[in-house]
Amino acid sequence: MNNTSTVKHGLTLRQKEAATGVAFIALPLLSLLVFMYYPIIRSFFISLYEWNLLQKPTFNGVNNYKTLFADKVFLTSLWNTCRWVITYVPMSVVTSFLLALLLDQKLKGAGFFRTLYYLPVVAPIVVVALLWVWIYNTDYGILNFILEKLFHIKPIGWLTDARFSLFAIAVMSVWKWAGYNMLIFLAALQGIDDSIYEAAELDGVTPWTKLFYIKIPLVMPSIYFVMLTAVIDAFQMFTEIFIMTKGGPGYSTYTVSYYLWSCAFEYSKMGYACAMAAVMFVIILVVTLIQNKVMDRRVQYDM
Amino acid sequence: MVQGKGHKFISYFLVTVVAAFVILPFVWMVASAFKSQRELFAYPPTFLPTVWKWQNFTEAASRGSISFVHMFLNSMKIAIPTTVFNIIFSSMAGYAFARLRFKFRDTIFMLFIASMMVPYAITLIPRFLMFRTLGFYDTYVPLILPAMFGTAFSIFLTRQFFMTLPKELEEAAIVDGCSHFRIWWQIFLPLTKPIIATLAVFQFQGAYNDFLGPVIYIASDSKFTVQMGLNSFRNSFTSRYDLIMAGSILALIPVVILFIVCQKYIVRGIVMGGVKG
Repeated sequence: MNNTSTVKHGLTLRQKEAATGVAFIALPLLSLLVFMYYPIIRSFFISLYEWNLLQKPTFNGVNNYKTLFADKVFLTSLWNTCRWVITYVPMSVVTSFLLALLLDQKLKGAGFFRTLYYLPVVAPIVVVALLWVWIYNTDYGILNFILEKLFHIKPIGWLTDARFSLFAIAVMSVWKWAGYNMLIFLAALQGIDDSIYEAAELDGVTPWTKLFYIKIPLVMPSIYFVMLTAVIDAFQMFTEIFIMTKGGPGYSTYTVSYYLWSCAFEYSKMGYACAMAAVMFVIILVVTLIQNKVMDRRVQYDM
Repeated sequence: MVQGKGHKFISYFLVTVVAAFVILPFVWMVASAFKSQRELFAYPPTFLPTVWKWQNFTEAASRGSISFVHMFLNSMKIAIPTTVFNIIFSSMAGYAFARLRFKFRDTIFMLFIASMMVPYAITLIPRFLMFRTLGFYDTYVPLILPAMFGTAFSIFLTRQFFMTLPKELEEAAIVDGCSHFRIWWQIFLPLTKPIIATLAVFQFQGAYNDFLGPVIYIASDSKFTVQMGLNSFRNSFTSRYDLIMAGSILALIPVVILFIVCQKYIVRGIVMGGVKG
């Protein structure tokens, strides 16, 4: 559409096009402003108030933030998020990457196995959580029975012992999400140009060299993507906790999201919960920016 | 390269072992759902039920505060309108961002993209307060409305796809005086069937599996969704894992059917979503 011959005709077409464009995005944009950007701004304002929904909000300045950083439960939630990242992320990335490597070979029935591995991903999280509550049951759970039979391990309170609870949920999450991350890695592996492998084979490289010097570096952006998503999800984990442990035992499985929900909807501390959301927002933003920086450098380095 | 038979054999062996790890918890779920209460807590546990107790399913479907069918219909009341409208509005916006020129187009598009990085927790409370003030507490409105007019991810995906289509596609139609609405509806939309299927599956699954939303907004038992109903069922029958597992299977069946039917679209959606990172 680069005809400038008939100016008048062109103008009306252009105007029509612009009007249609605005009409097409009007409702989505309105919805974005009302349900996304306005709440973000309002959340920051609410965080400056003390508000229990029954009385009028009272201005509180930055007191909510001061209280927050002295709040043991909040700090524990942050610490739990770190523990989660240290346990879950390596387990998840390694498992999913190995699965992707396995299925990247030209195996018969790879499609069937891919589907099978993806089954836990589509299962509703409530269903998965209830299933694992049953599997992890201290007295009647199948896991403790198997461990006792095979290794003579005394029954472990997977969800009732603070030493194991977070780890137990992490294992369940690896089971639930491995298929998803595997697909992302698989797409990256299959995107590697065959000519690279051919050149490598001419040079007679070993499979290990191929793995560490071709596959892993070229899949690195996807690995970063998966890690970043996992870190962000760690802050936002809610349903698993709600169903399986309610944050317990003690505060061993409190996540920032779960504590936020509890403050807002169990104790009606709206201002306080919004302050928590703001801190979480900033942390996630920083993580995203750092990760983007690192990723940019990696990608350029690889090119 | 050593691509011997032994290598292949090891691969098949590993693939099968992993499959067993994936599938065993589900098998355990089914086995538990069919057991009698006494067998459920027997020591040593039996692997498969000695007597298959089908009544567990009818009990799980009817003994909660609302019947399973009722919960399922409630979930559909949320999932279907969200999915249908989301796709229509997202694809229209995607068309506008890909093909039409208007002021601030790219800035507005950036607003949508940026919103994908916003954690849901920050909008949670203000949204709740807004809907509560408007009198929409304990209705499905807060669960449908925010996603109904398009979401950033859907808009992004349809736009990316529309950008790959050749310009010639609509040029002739424009010369003939065809409106952009008709071009979108009659030329672009039919070409995007695979993307739409992908988005539909994701949106539907998201709405059906959502737990936090209903927990915050729904109070009456008669309005419970499947996920919420399952949780409340578990609270009333704490140690009846036979019934809880039967209920879980009932909740699982719709998504598994959807998954089997739409498998290739789901796989494509993840690949597209993952690549953007």
